[in-house]
Amino acid sequence: MPYRIEVGLKPGLFDARGERSKRQILRAFPDLDKNIAVRCIDVYTVDGENLEDAWIDDAFCDPVIQDIAVNTPLTREFTWYIEVGYKPGVTDNVGRSASYALHLITSRHYPVYSARAFLLSGDLSRDQAEKIAGDCLANSLIQYVRVLDPQEILEVKPHISVVSLNHVPAVHEVSLELDDQGLVKLSREKTLALNLEEMKAIASFIADPEVRRLRGQVGLGEKLTDVELECLAQTWSEHCKHKIFNAEIDYRENGKSERVSSLFKTYIQGATRDIRAGAGEKDICVSVFTDNAGVIRFTDDYHLVFKVETHNSPSALDPYGGALTGIVGVNRDPFGTGIGAKLIFNTDVFCFADPAYAKELPPKILHPLRVFEGVREGVEHGGNKSGIPTVNGCIVFDDRYLGKPLVYCGTAGIMPVEVAGIPSHKKDIRPGDLIVMSGGRIGKDGIHGATFSSEELHEESPTSAVQIGDPITQKKLTDFLLRARDLGLYRAITDNGAGGLSSSVGEMSQLSGGCLIELEKPPLKYPGLDPWEILLSEAQERMTLAVAPENIDAFLDLSMQMDVESTVIGSFTDSGYFQCTYDRKTVAYLPLDFLHDGVPRMQLSARWEPKIEPDPLTPVPEDQNAKLEEILSRLNICSKEYVVRQYDHEVQGGSIVKPLVGQCADGPSDAAVVRPVLEMSKGVVVSNGIIPRYSDIDTYHMTACALDEALRNYVCVGGDPYHWACLDNFCWCDPVRSERNPDGEHKLAQLVRANKALYDYAVAFSCPLISGKDSMKNDYIGPGIKISIPPTILVSVIGTIPEVEKAVTMDLKSTGDLVYLLGTTRKELGASEFFASYGIVGSSVPKVDAETARARYRVLHAAICGSLIESAHDLSDGGLAVALAESAFAGSLGADIDLNEVACEPGMNDTEILYSESQSRIIVSVSPEHAHAFESVFAGDARRIGRVIPEQRLIIRSQNNRVLIDRDLASLKRSWKAPLDF
Amino acid sequence: MTQIKALVITGFGTNCEMEMSHACRRAGALSDVVHISDVLNGSTRLTDYHFLNLAGGFLDGDDLGSAQVESVRLKYARIQTSGRTLFEEIRDFIDRGMIILGVCNGFQALVKTGLLPGNPAGKRRVSLSFNDSAKFEDRWVRLAVDRESPCVFTRGLDRLFLPVRHGEGKFVCDYNGTLEEIRTGHLAALKYADESYAPTMDYPSNPNGAVDAIAGICDATGRIFGLMPHPEAFNHPANHPAWTRLRELPEKGEGTAIFENAVEFLKGII
Repeated sequence: MPYRIEVGLKPGLFDARGERSKRQILRAFPDLDKNIAVRCIDVYTVDGENLEDAWIDDAFCDPVIQDIAVNTPLTREFTWYIEVGYKPGVTDNVGRSASYALHLITSRHYPVYSARAFLLSGDLSRDQAEKIAGDCLANSLIQYVRVLDPQEILEVKPHISVVSLNHVPAVHEVSLELDDQGLVKLSREKTLALNLEEMKAIASFIADPEVRRLRGQVGLGEKLTDVELECLAQTWSEHCKHKIFNAEIDYRENGKSERVSSLFKTYIQGATRDIRAGAGEKDICVSVFTDNAGVIRFTDDYHLVFKVETHNSPSALDPYGGALTGIVGVNRDPFGTGIGAKLIFNTDVFCFADPAYAKELPPKILHPLRVFEGVREGVEHGGNKSGIPTVNGCIVFDDRYLGKPLVYCGTAGIMPVEVAGIPSHKKDIRPGDLIVMSGGRIGKDGIHGATFSSEELHEESPTSAVQIGDPITQKKLTDFLLRARDLGLYRAITDNGAGGLSSSVGEMSQLSGGCLIELEKPPLKYPGLDPWEILLSEAQERMTLAVAPENIDAFLDLSMQMDVESTVIGSFTDSGYFQCTYDRKTVAYLPLDFLHDGVPRMQLSARWEPKIEPDPLTPVPEDQNAKLEEILSRLNICSKEYVVRQYDHEVQGGSIVKPLVGQCADGPSDAAVVRPVLEMSKGVVVSNGIIPRYSDIDTYHMTACALDEALRNYVCVGGDPYHWACLDNFCWCDPVRSERNPDGEHKLAQLVRANKALYDYAVAFSCPLISGKDSMKNDYIGPGIKISIPPTILVSVIGTIPEVEKAVTMDLKSTGDLVYLLGTTRKELGASEFFASYGIVGSSVPKVDAETARARYRVLHAAICGSLIESAHDLSDGGLAVALAESAFAGSLGADIDLNEVACEPGMNDTEILYSESQSRIIVSVSPEHAHAFESVFAGDARRIGRVIPEQRLIIRSQNNRVLIDRDLASLKRSWKAPLDF
Repeated sequence: MTQIKALVITGFGTNCEMEMSHACRRAGALSDVVHISDVLNGSTRLTDYHFLNLAGGFLDGDDLGSAQVESVRLKYARIQTSGRTLFEEIRDFIDRGMIILGVCNGFQALVKTGLLPGNPAGKRRVSLSFNDSAKFEDRWVRLAVDRESPCVFTRGLDRLFLPVRHGEGKFVCDYNGTLEEIRTGHLAALKYADESYAPTMDYPSNPNGAVDAIAGICDATGRIFGLMPHPEAFNHPANHPAWTRLRELPEKGEGTAIFENAVEFLKGII
């Protein structure tokens, strides 16, 4: 008889979790009676017998604060009992830990299933309780719910979420001797996501008599197995092969036509190639575009490793699990680069619709508030529990992200230049090396993850759609592998992400020239998986390693000792084949060159026809004080402190410039500085730039501005403009024209233009691109409605600061300091926050002058190194007015500013000067004693626009010497903090 | 003179071992970071050390409540070579006169195994519950030091400024008698304080709603000390959240003083 255990806080103790749940419920259901009460308790179901009471108490109950009830309700004082637990096969981290605790006590294995119960009291109907459960407390994709009244709870049965597949694993042959229609149908039915050309390429491969003859020699028939077909589909997926970025594109603009052969090779790889060629000995790139993450030099002894990923579709389905998997997933990229890097920080950027969205939601779309909270919490758990500080990020709001939220997760690592005399950034695999899988077990998790999300979900198969990451299993894994690395126990490492073993072993086998995987060897979470599922499963927390036979015993011993499961699942070969067996019978036999290079190039066309909608006359607000407060309250500008505080930004002890800075530690930092080696003064700087609004005018300038924003953020804190590198992350709406997607050519043109800008500006700034990612299908298609996200690029910059003690923050420092504006202000309000506040887009999108910007950033860096600067803050969303307000209230010091002193285009009015979003501008404050030296290094590029005053006011004087704005800082700060103060 | 040897235990979700060890070294100790599996298999022995550090993190994910599974591990898991429990080993370590520092998750572990307040050892009498905000929060707090506390780690200190980074840090007692014992014994060496460094119950200066504003307690000997704030995270003057506003940077981070006191005390007895 299983045990059903309820644990709750003792009466009289403040139930903080219950109170927070109540706030969340009332935020989601503003019409509910405010006097409802919510109590939160934990429920455990232990599948087993003969547990002593003392063991149950020791494992589950904190006797100081909790009461426990076994096989009886803890209380019946509620109106509704809402229990939320996991469906079979969904990762249950709490259940896993509980089972482990019981094992420590009894040395026996007891499966444990965890749930949480919300005890609602108040005037609520069952319908209301069920709606609260469904819309606010549970996600039916992965969780079950039961709603009980005080009578029904007496009859409650333990809920055991065990997977029973009752399936005998088998391998099936698939015939490709089909006509075109049949091939397309097969691709769709099996969610292969292959187009007709690709299906035909596979059909003609298997029709080749020589191929069939060689297959006969290993005991395979004349048809492909499902293992082979699934493996090919996975390897050839957009996700893995970036087919759009490698396509042949016919680009047309103004009647002129241009052929682009691979956006990736031409613009992204091309930029880095040209920058490296120009840098000569000063080249900082170590390993670019070849591994799971980019590697650059840090010091003579260490390299830096950096990668940013997206996890959009899973986060749309289950925001918590999707985001959690996103962050722990991207952790494995730097960790799986070369022979492995220690992880030093995370950076996260989210794009959501308005959390106060009040219109009706299309089917299957979660409310943006729920997406916001779920993603926030997923990243909190993923980052905090892994002990990696979240040091930088931002949140962008636009209602088009209702179609798909964007969840960018990035992680940097550090690796010694050499480990045991071997360069750490390289992977070396030899024939005969063993393939080892370490970490979690394999289940049906995330099978077809790369393609599944674009399809209607099946209610009965939720476990294959959504996953929940497990930071502790991964932490144990990384603790073990870093030690194994330093002992030289393995030769190469890579992560299991999209495509699972098919992808990780497939890629590694190119280094030795082949592989043999024994698919019955990997440990499974539950029996009944078909061999192709074992090969493709995207179950988390797994790394694949190449271990030399002479080291395998030591490797496995250490693994066992550190409580990590590691299994030899095959060996690397030089056969030229990707070969899999199951129970000693060959079930896959694919030539490596066909697997990796057989996919046909896509042929696409792009057409650029800009929509010119000239700027209207700039609206002039009647009350400039009120307008400034309104702009400060806009979602893209307001404080994100609510989120930032819930992320540990200083674990590992190297935090130097935190995400929140200033007198009260609530000012918005431009970039982060960390000291990854505590014995050293040299620091790492990380920043980001993202401005999707500008895509409404031109993605070329959107991209240029995103890069410039990231770079100017970086230099504002003291980052070295001679030692920087960046990552590009494209999130696009479908750029391939089809019946369902008639404007695909325009979206592809937008993509081409973004790439052109990336090349032009990366080269102009000498900032190499070292890694990146693209996510190309961020659309929602529902009944009669299509929502496409705005084309979005995130640029993430990583670099160094020679001495962290020189770093600068954005808050004003001292009364009497002089305030300077660097750069020229132009009439560039197109797609600005100011225009958006009137519902205007316009056409005057900001343009970047890279040459002057680069010179400015270099001079600024010299000034920072010479300790000439007190504060520096970049101008971005909301322009000069917003930057001044932020610097002032962050420093708890006022400023008196004269717009006459701003270097601007002739004819601009005061409002335009305040809110123009011209790029490459920075406000700095300088102590009077350094004013002369400062002005002489800037030689005219810096204009003194005012000074810091002791009064707690922001005063801005107009061009005709009126007081345009005069507002107390507390009021400005309040407006800025109000919108997301949850 | 004997070299002071510090041991920082890591593994299974501990996260702050590197900076904890760095702080020990800065204070003049030799320091080893050792995975708990190496203690359980007997290859590392507590008898070789003077200063045991239980660092911050999320042991076993804090899935059953903070450090709950760790308390089970210390009580039930047996060291392969000796067959004894970790709890017994730690008791011996304490009986030898050595010292223990638990920070954040390490403090939670000390409390949940009943090593703090430690009378009697092994009985859980206080706990660290969910913050009143029900949120994990990273923020810097002012701390007032009880000068009359027997705590050896806070000797000579008046105040500290350190970050807290936790979701379960609200100090609570099983009943009022325990709180009275803490008060009369001056065991609450650290209290959350307002701008004038007076103990406070006001959020966010008191970040979690802790009873009596208690941020850290020691046992009656003063040699076992646990605290929610992270002294190891203020190991460099530029860890201070507003260091760019200071005219002159101090020579070192304020948190280092806790570790220097530990080393100083051990030098006196070894």
